[in-house]
Amino acid sequence: MKARVLIRPKEGILDPQGKAVERALPALGFEGVSGVRVGRLVELETESPDELDSLCEKLLANPLIEDFEVELDGAGDG
Amino acid sequence: MTTFGVLQFPGSCDDRDAVAACERVGDARLIWHEERDLAGIDAVVVPGGFSYGDYLRVGAIARFAPAMEAVAGFARAGGPVLGICNGFQVLCEAGLLPGALLHNEGLRFVCRQVDLVAETADGPESPWARGIDAGETLSIPVKHTTGLYYAPKAELDRLEGAGQVAFRYAAGHNPNGSARDIAGVTNEAGNVLGLMPHPEHAVDPLTGSEDGLRLFASVAAVPA
Repeated sequence: MKARVLIRPKEGILDPQGKAVERALPALGFEGVSGVRVGRLVELETESPDELDSLCEKLLANPLIEDFEVELDGAGDG
Repeated sequence: MTTFGVLQFPGSCDDRDAVAACERVGDARLIWHEERDLAGIDAVVVPGGFSYGDYLRVGAIARFAPAMEAVAGFARAGGPVLGICNGFQVLCEAGLLPGALLHNEGLRFVCRQVDLVAETADGPESPWARGIDAGETLSIPVKHTTGLYYAPKAELDRLEGAGQVAFRYAAGHNPNGSARDIAGVTNEAGNVLGLMPHPEHAVDPLTGSEDGLRLFASVAAVPA
């Protein structure tokens, strides 16, 4: 089964990447953009979707500083 | 004589400097990341660098190295372990130290000499800081991009209360926005120390300071 894991910095955690992106936007003429947060997306195929939460907590995300969301693609033939 | 083991991951780059520092006060050998045998090793250094390319998150993959399993057992048994820079990040990811290291507040790689203040007064006596009195200042270089020490506020309060904050950046020397100027923390027992600055780069007057040697001398129980 295909899955997508979205990982992002927890609320309140300083995200310098997001800040840098946000600061760059006005220079390109994009005004009024705020609250930019940069995370990462992990795509994978698994035979054990039940283990995804555990897999995320143990490796893909650091639960102290990051939140994650798992999105399963039921249509996949993984 | 104390024998130090210095871990070597693919992507480590300060392993040889760490060996050179250790050899000033004892014996040292490299431990390849696939090794599991720490027999004959009295103290472990997890060095700086970019273990496994720092893929995913800094320190995240190195945590699963066979050698790290051995180090975790060594640490639980009370063995002295020092994580420097990337090594600090690895020990945090491995759960051997509290907290996490985030991107520097200023976004940039920082490389400079900083003053550290020892905070060993009420804490567990770390084998890495036996000869260093609380309030003493050490001059040691930092060089990192991901060195902002972070822990939730309640955890920071607990660490300070338990004396697990071993070193802070001196006033005006915090290079990365670390919470409460924290540069190094220990585990509850004090035998595991993580430090963002590089004591192994401060062991010879040629490079400006010998203060870093004191940590290695402390473990080897020889005068620095």
